[in-house]
Amino acid sequence: MSDAIAPTPPARAVSLHATDARTRRRNAAEKRFKAYGLTAIGIGLAFLAALLFAIVSNGSAAFTQTFVEVPITLDAEEIAAAESSIVKTSKYREIIHGALLEQLADAGIETDMDAAELGKILSSSEAAEMRDFALANPERMGETVRFDFLASSRVDGYLKGRVTRDALARDQNLDAAHLDLVDRLAEQGIVVKRFNWDFILGADASDQRPEQAGIGVAMLGSFFMMLVVLALALPIGVAASIYLEEFAPKNRITDFIEVNISNLAAVPSIVFGILGLAVFIQFAGLPQSAPLVGGLVLTLMTLPTIIISTRAALAAVPPSIRAAALGVGASKMQSVFHHVLPLAMPGILTGTIIGLAQALGETAPLLLIGMVGFIASNYPDGVVSGFTDPNSAMPAQIYEWAKRADPAFYERAWGGIIILLLFLMTMNFIAILLRRRFERRW
Amino acid sequence: MDDLRRTEALLSQQQTKISARNVQVWYGDTHAIKDVSVEIADKTTTAFIGPSGCGKSTFLRCINRMNDTIPAARIEGDIEIDGEDIYDRRVDPVRLRAKVGMVFQKPNPFPKSIYDNVAYGPRIHGLARGRAELDAIVEKALRRAALWNEVKDRLTAPGTGLSGGQQQRLCIARAVATEPEVLLMDEPCSALDPIATAQVEELIDELRQNYSVVIVTHSMQQAARVSQKTAFFHLGHLVEFGDTATIFTNPEDSRTESYISGRIG
Ligand SMILES: Nc1ncnc2c1ncn2[C@@H]1O[C@H](COP(=O)(O)OP(=O)(O)OP(=O)(O)O)[C@@H](O)[C@H]1O
Ligand SMILES: [Mg+2]
Repeated sequence: MSDAIAPTPPARAVSLHATDARTRRRNAAEKRFKAYGLTAIGIGLAFLAALLFAIVSNGSAAFTQTFVEVPITLDAEEIAAAESSIVKTSKYREIIHGALLEQLADAGIETDMDAAELGKILSSSEAAEMRDFALANPERMGETVRFDFLASSRVDGYLKGRVTRDALARDQNLDAAHLDLVDRLAEQGIVVKRFNWDFILGADASDQRPEQAGIGVAMLGSFFMMLVVLALALPIGVAASIYLEEFAPKNRITDFIEVNISNLAAVPSIVFGILGLAVFIQFAGLPQSAPLVGGLVLTLMTLPTIIISTRAALAAVPPSIRAAALGVGASKMQSVFHHVLPLAMPGILTGTIIGLAQALGETAPLLLIGMVGFIASNYPDGVVSGFTDPNSAMPAQIYEWAKRADPAFYERAWGGIIILLLFLMTMNFIAILLRRRFERRW
Repeated sequence: MDDLRRTEALLSQQQTKISARNVQVWYGDTHAIKDVSVEIADKTTTAFIGPSGCGKSTFLRCINRMNDTIPAARIEGDIEIDGEDIYDRRVDPVRLRAKVGMVFQKPNPFPKSIYDNVAYGPRIHGLARGRAELDAIVEKALRRAALWNEVKDRLTAPGTGLSGGQQQRLCIARAVATEPEVLLMDEPCSALDPIATAQVEELIDELRQNYSVVIVTHSMQQAARVSQKTAFFHLGHLVEFGDTATIFTNPEDSRTESYISGRIG
């Protein structure tokens, strides 16, 4: 490099109003780049819109359900007879079908179907429902009680437009005569569609009764898993990050740990599942399919996410704050806990909630510890059994439904996705709120 | 009476507060401080001057062991405060820093209220028993930093919302609130306007009555105005140390003279 100054070119008078080729090229490049950006965003938005449309249009039907209203006079003798017979539900079924036939007659609807044939429009859960009610309310014997029985999933599908007459004609269960009846019953308000709380709060049902299946128990399973993840991953992750970021000496060992944490974040989640199977179930002997084990596996999966985001949040706190605290005679720990941690809080919380949201939507690791495929048909008895009893989780439940043959389950899978997305959106919203709340202080 | 006090002050001025002998500092392979020995007197303002990168801040940070927090830094030699070696094993750097306060080049108030900024030191050192005592300490510190009148009505407002000069005075108040015996100031006025600078200088002069003040500055005028002793650093060496008046009017070393007259640096 020489210090000689290059001779300056003679000054040329160039009008600022005149455009030259170079400027035009530069401006064109800038315009092209903006167009690429807009296209990219447009494609992203289009995918999002398509996704949301697909989810809502397929899943919203799961939130309504068809019911058949049947008034039944509870007769003590009849019920006693039903209870003393061997297959109790079949007797109850006869009572219900008889009552339905009577109701048809009262409503002035003529039919030549017999009671049992007519009963096919009801879900096969009807007998159990009536029996439960009758046994639980012996004081109401002799009264006429209006039962809301679930309609069979085919009737439900027909009224929602999911199942066509043609498709049903090929089905052995219902024929055109049933559907004509259903149409007339719907006109009379005996067959009604209502909001389906049982889908949100209820338990999963067997393959034959999609109309009865709900996501409530699986939701509880997810809830218990998230409790485990929150209780373990947050303190462990934050403590590890604080130590690594603020206290640990910078040497080979800490470098090695750091690299490995980053690597762990990229490990496929199913690997954590098989690790959980080997360590928690086969070695430690914890119960299979339990939210406790699911939570432990998801904790392993979430830890790297939490550690990485917490460390980033800690590193973003200006060093001058630490110097200020040390300068007035605060110890290292005081400077971290009084000054650095509060400033890093929004970042830590956001990272934690994103980690939790990831864990909430994770299916693959649950596959290997037996939570996928478990039919979550019963609520756990208490808090402890909530952790240890076999259960499913929301994404596992959705997967389970999506894989069943009956298209009625397909609708429920989409409905489950809506609920899962609502949960994720709520969590993200909470993350934003917490962020605001902690940031607004200064 | 007045004469007596002045004599007392003069006497104690001769007392050595900080005594450094053969101090060497390395940052990895960089030799930042080369064999510096200096005696800093009590109840005096000592100015450190010298071109950028000559090691003024580094030496200042040795006095309250802030260099301990820099992993690459390595220190050799002895520094004694009141005859006690501060690099002795038994010394807890946290207690040392309560005794040797520091004001940084860039104002760095905590993102907390003005009150909490000043009260933080006294709180963690347990200097106040009860709210009233703490209030009194905070008020006194803010008054000494010439900030009280400006902030007394908004003590709960965030300290980061003050102007740059006010923030720096807040940091000074925070440093004096713990009643340190030595106050280290690293270019405290570099972010301040002339009015705020004048206020801080006035404050330094007042603080000198009780503390040993060490100030790093790039302004020759400021060094001449506030200090009684001046140390000139150059490339890690302490080139010259003596009475401010002598250094500025009749320096021994030619490098000092060229720096002061603006020829190097
Ligand atoms: N944290 C550090 N790591 C490595 N080298 C450092 C560090 N801090 C300072 N140094 C080096 O030590 C030497 C002295 O730096 P120092 O900050 O003490 O200079 P200074 O006199 O305060 O300069 P200025 O007037 O610009 O503030 C410089 O060469 C600098 O590059
Ligand atoms: Mg400096």
